[in-house]
Amino acid sequence: MVFVIRRVLQSVIVVLVMSLVVFVGVHLVGDPVHILINDDMTKEEVERFVRKLGLDRPMHEQYLHFLANAARGDLGNSFVHNEPALKLIVERMPATLELAFAAFLLAIVVGIPLGMYAGLKPESPGSRAIMAGSILGFSLPTFWVGLMLIMVFAVMLGWLPSTGRGEFGTWDGLRHLALPALNLALFKMALVTRLARAGTREAALQDYVKFARAKGLSPSRVVLVHVLKNILVPVVTVLGLELGGLIAFSVVTETVFAWPGMGKLLIDSIQRLDRPVIVAYLVITVLMFVVINLVVDLLYAALDPRVRLREMKA
Amino acid sequence: MTFLSRVLATAAALAISAGASAQELRVGLASEPTSMDPHYHNLSPNNSLLSHIFESLVDQDERQRLQPGLAESWKAIDDNTWEFKLRRNVKFHDGTPFTADDVLFSFERAPNVEGSPASFGIYARGKTLVKVDDHTVHIKTETPYPLMPNDVSQIFIVSKKHATGAKTPDFNSGKAAVGTGAFRYVEYTPGNRIVVQRNDAYWGAKPQWSRVTFRGLKSAPSRVAALLAGDVDLIEQVPAIDLERLKKDPKIDVAQIVSNRIMYLHLDHFRDDSPFVKAKDGGAIKNPLRDLRVRTAISKAIDRDAIVSRVMEGVAIKAGQLLPEGFFGVSSKLQPVAYDPNGAKKLLAEAGVPNGFRLTIHSPNDRYPNDAKIAEAIGQMLTRIGIDTQVVTMTSGVFFREASSGGPDKTPKFSLILVGWGSGTGETSSPLKSLLATHDQKKGMGGANRGRYSNPAVDKLIDQALATVDDGKRQDLLARAAEVAIEDVGIVPLHYVVNVWAMRKGFSYKARADEYTLAGGVTKAN
Repeated sequence: MVFVIRRVLQSVIVVLVMSLVVFVGVHLVGDPVHILINDDMTKEEVERFVRKLGLDRPMHEQYLHFLANAARGDLGNSFVHNEPALKLIVERMPATLELAFAAFLLAIVVGIPLGMYAGLKPESPGSRAIMAGSILGFSLPTFWVGLMLIMVFAVMLGWLPSTGRGEFGTWDGLRHLALPALNLALFKMALVTRLARAGTREAALQDYVKFARAKGLSPSRVVLVHVLKNILVPVVTVLGLELGGLIAFSVVTETVFAWPGMGKLLIDSIQRLDRPVIVAYLVITVLMFVVINLVVDLLYAALDPRVRLREMKA
Repeated sequence: MTFLSRVLATAAALAISAGASAQELRVGLASEPTSMDPHYHNLSPNNSLLSHIFESLVDQDERQRLQPGLAESWKAIDDNTWEFKLRRNVKFHDGTPFTADDVLFSFERAPNVEGSPASFGIYARGKTLVKVDDHTVHIKTETPYPLMPNDVSQIFIVSKKHATGAKTPDFNSGKAAVGTGAFRYVEYTPGNRIVVQRNDAYWGAKPQWSRVTFRGLKSAPSRVAALLAGDVDLIEQVPAIDLERLKKDPKIDVAQIVSNRIMYLHLDHFRDDSPFVKAKDGGAIKNPLRDLRVRTAISKAIDRDAIVSRVMEGVAIKAGQLLPEGFFGVSSKLQPVAYDPNGAKKLLAEAGVPNGFRLTIHSPNDRYPNDAKIAEAIGQMLTRIGIDTQVVTMTSGVFFREASSGGPDKTPKFSLILVGWGSGTGETSSPLKSLLATHDQKKGMGGANRGRYSNPAVDKLIDQALATVDDGKRQDLLARAAEVAIEDVGIVPLHYVVNVWAMRKGFSYKARADEYTLAGGVTKAN
């Protein structure tokens, strides 16, 4: 319990510091007024608009005003859409979560078996191909792969829709989801494959695996129970952090596939210097990372009895 | 073909045929509207989309010529009063009749939307509306105002019944989005899609489409891919780099038209010591840009043909004035300045700077098609005649703040900038007023005059034109004002942007100068 409270307090400080950094940052980036207004507007109209947004006041006042509102759960109104920033972000969240979890599942379902295979039979041609493929998965830029996927599966073969999102849970929804999820999953897949391979190679030489074999357990039981369980700890740790990244920064994939999620909102907001949305987005992102880290720590303890919550207080 | 791929292909084919019906149109937009409130944000993507649902008293056709809209006719009945006769038997989407009360209400609401970033006040301001009867409205101004029909064409008419007390979110949710247009509101999901459905009680020509879906496809390669994959029927703002390929594609058609947007250079006309002009040795120099001969030399040094063919890939037309041929107020005399580097050098010598000077050109890099590349090309062309030019490009949020008021006392900061201007009214008083009239915030003149060009002769002609109701006389005055200002090189015109749409074979689009993508302009041969 003490551990949880301590973590929550740390998180509050992290969020505060981050909000200050972001607030100062977006002020340095540029002036939203000149992007939003029309050049034909009179001085009075421009000044009225600037006053309405509070942009005429010094930055520290704006920041304190923001904090006071944020404490009441109000992260400000979007300059561009004239609706609460939080509402805009929450509206887009399901689309991003759908995409992120689909990519996450794909990465696990494909990555762990491939990695284990490569770890158990490191010298086979199949394993070499997998490892070469994982290097590609790491190094090819996401936007390029995304465009290539569209080129091949949507334009040339015509099997899948190129962009957009369908109804959740329908066949059409799955067809729309396939390419962006694969695009987003590619990097994680490569990562999981490599982690699983390294873990498997190490575990395969351990005494308990040798003992399990000696005991006469079937190879599949040895691999699926004894090896798999033991390679999960590093995989879960890394994936936890990566899941946060998937949710928060699927920006490129969402832009290429016109996926109506939070990442696209963030990019649009940055381009229009819609400060409240940028700040709200990053505050929410930090909160999410904090929560995910907490969950990972708890999971870690569940998976590995040697790690006790008490130890983590240090 | 393996069994698996055959199964997949069949499934995909079934899904495609189920998706698009004959009367459904799917459009890929380059920029999404920021709201469904027609008075919230005076921005092209908003006005374009909202003109499906809402209409104005006066309509603009594809070349921005004025046409009867909700008003059947209009005329100036005395110097300061315009009379608009409203169309009878027009009904809002909910079946209530359209009357003068809705017009008065809309003109009252348009300039007063809370939190509006770019308000419609510029069109509604200074006008007093009087209801004469249910189908006649008088609009009065303090002084004669010839641009009345143009201004009126910018104000969408909303239903008084539904929009009274309505705020922007009420329009976004569809509650207040009740207009008279050819389509009615169905769905608005920001970031995803906007759906409208045909209004079968529409008073005018009924569109071919029973349902239209607009999707924001901001990334240009994705937009093109969506068209090639058949996920959308029509896309706007086709990137120049893909145009040749699309034109050769037998499954794709292309429509294009010269736009109302001019790209130009603004030069520092108002400072003797200009911050980004230096002598060759880096020392101070009296601002040579104030010398007409130097300005002319700069204009002559620019190879507009090269910019159009190389940088713009042919998707532009070289410019000699403020709007292309065919628009109201253009001059028949002004032609694009010919490329003449030797003549330019001679002029520099005559102006006392035979070896040139140092200059920095500033440009946004994310606002106009190929903006940064154009600036780089111009930098090289000027360097060739001896003006050592450095090119600095930046994001538009920074650029416009600095270019408008980044210097001391909120003066423009830069010495030479590359910018564009689209004329919303479709005639030349818009660029003359904003770019070339003497900067005067109170009068609302020279709002985007970032070079602070000031010429009493031009001001006088603009003032006269803006007070002349007779179209023929005003056309002459506007053309004359443009001639004086351009011959004095108040700005250096570069080129007009060309708007390009691409569509699946069998569809056609009536291309528009104002960049609007209107479903009513799309037809499909059967």
